[in-house]
Amino acid sequence: MISKEQKLWIYEIMNKIRYFELKALRLFEENKLRGSVHLYAGEEAVAAAVCAQLTDDDYITSTHRGHGHCIAKGAQLDKAMAELMGKETGYCKGRSGSMHIADFTKGNLGANAIVGGGIPIATGAALAAKLQKNDKVAVSFFGDGASNEGTFHESLNLAAVWKLPIIFICENNGFGISVPVAQSTSVENISDRAVGYGIPGVTVDGNDVFAVYEAFETAVKRAKAGDGPTLIECKTYRTLGHWTGDPQTYRDKKDVEMWRDTKDPIQLFKKVLVDAGDFTAAELDAIEEAAKVEADAAAEFAINSPNPDPADVMDDVFYDA
Amino acid sequence: MSKKTYATAIRDVIAEEMRRDENVFVMGEDIELLGGIFGCTRDLYKEFGTDRIRNTPISEAAMIGAGVGAACAGMRPIVELMYMDFTLVAADQIINQAAKTRYIFGGKAKIPLVIRGQQGIGRGNAATHSQSLETIFMHFPGIKVACPSNAADAAGLLRTAIRDDNPVMFFEHKALYASKFEVPDDPDFCIPFGQAEIKRTGKDVTIVGSLLYVSRALEAAAELEKMGIDAEVIDPRTMVPFDMDTIIESVKKTGKLVVVHEAHKVAGWGAEVASQVVDGAFKYLDAAPIHLGAKACPLPFNIELENAVVPSVQQIVEAAKKVCYR
Repeated sequence: MISKEQKLWIYEIMNKIRYFELKALRLFEENKLRGSVHLYAGEEAVAAAVCAQLTDDDYITSTHRGHGHCIAKGAQLDKAMAELMGKETGYCKGRSGSMHIADFTKGNLGANAIVGGGIPIATGAALAAKLQKNDKVAVSFFGDGASNEGTFHESLNLAAVWKLPIIFICENNGFGISVPVAQSTSVENISDRAVGYGIPGVTVDGNDVFAVYEAFETAVKRAKAGDGPTLIECKTYRTLGHWTGDPQTYRDKKDVEMWRDTKDPIQLFKKVLVDAGDFTAAELDAIEEAAKVEADAAAEFAINSPNPDPADVMDDVFYDA
Repeated sequence: MSKKTYATAIRDVIAEEMRRDENVFVMGEDIELLGGIFGCTRDLYKEFGTDRIRNTPISEAAMIGAGVGAACAGMRPIVELMYMDFTLVAADQIINQAAKTRYIFGGKAKIPLVIRGQQGIGRGNAATHSQSLETIFMHFPGIKVACPSNAADAAGLLRTAIRDDNPVMFFEHKALYASKFEVPDDPDFCIPFGQAEIKRTGKDVTIVGSLLYVSRALEAAAELEKMGIDAEVIDPRTMVPFDMDTIIESVKKTGKLVVVHEAHKVAGWGAEVASQVVDGAFKYLDAAPIHLGAKACPLPFNIELENAVVPSVQQIVEAAKKVCYR
């Protein structure tokens, strides 16, 4: 069950992610932002419903499409946007850009620009939790494409053999860049791959906050009981391009419109909240408006922030006690 | 001091560091009951249990990646690979993840991770299990590289590696495990990284070699002495950081350089040493430096073929004579 307080938090986070992403897209189109920027708009239910059940002590690893996970795990929009613009005030002082944002103080062990690269790292964080005998869990977010990488298979096996407190969250958004999942992946449901490792695997509607929340709640209980990992496949859809400059010639615009207009996770969630009488539309609109204002302010902060000093470029290659 | 084998020195340091710091643990292939194929973890599971001396599946990317993740989460993992050649199976987790994590996260991560295991020739393991890979890992910023040539260095460098908050690649040589050496008993005996050791002082030619090629360079020096050539032999001990100063000072004295390694000669670390010596001591050089390394050929199985690929003691002697115009 999702508490009323959590529902509000989830709705707020989803809107923060959405307006952050739309702002980033605008900045990219205005040539104020460069590099590889992969947007999460349309997939917000997954990050928000999962991270609603984590504390700052729990760990996540994320992906090249990582802004949503980062924000849901506690990132400030201004420092995140500053990183996207490569500024000194960004989370990684301009060293990372869009694809490697991390904040260890919030348990975010980093977005990872290598497909599947973060999965063993989250597995190791879960191993640390087990060795330290604390109550922490680790979550690895990754896409459908990563489920064809060796690291996915090795990590599921390792986590299963060692019964590690980790939850593998596969965001199946239908495409690996231009290649549809059916063309790259041997199973209809990626969660079926859990069977091969003797762990539970479930597929849920990734645009349904409640479905993601409940599946994750069950998986966390299992992890904390010492019973090991779960694979949750969240079926969703990438309503924007693979990256901000993607011409999207590989898919039918009607499909995109259908997902955007009828399956938008924020609108679906909002309707449930209003219909159930949890909140009024006006209350939720105010949250949406605040997210928009915050994203605009984040962009202003980023634009007005200084660039890092090239004299410092060699700092932090090594830890120097 | 106690006389120990290279393998026992490594095992003792692991045990002492595990007693000292509960965050230190080892995971690797066949390290529990088997104790690793050279006994570097022999019987340690009896004292520390199988949580901290942990057998892994044969999944190098997952175990090294798990080492990175556990290090991010406050542990000090030691990952033992049965052969360092298997780093190539897990290259992304070492090169893209372990090495870069601290930098790309703006200096906010510490990765106290040791990846250790054996490499090199000498046991008929053929092309995929006999390589010398320290050169490759020197190329990527963010990872330290150690190459101990004897039991005392293995102990002192490994302890430093385990206590270091950076990822360290620790290359042991399979032909050295049974060699014995006096090792200090001090449980805090550490050898700082980036300090070469002058193994033999001499005035006529500087010979730089590491791992198995320290003893081979010393053998060559003994031969050269008979001819009246006084060689200085230097073991860099760590490749990252690399103590170039000691080598440049030596060349300023001798005016000649021979650098020799088991790694392939092409783009091998000896070329970097020669280049930096030319930069740093050009006007002192009496001859062009000579760089020796394995031929551009996979390591063959047959022992005579294997020996034909890597530099011989005689080749080191000939190179030294050549730079001395003898």
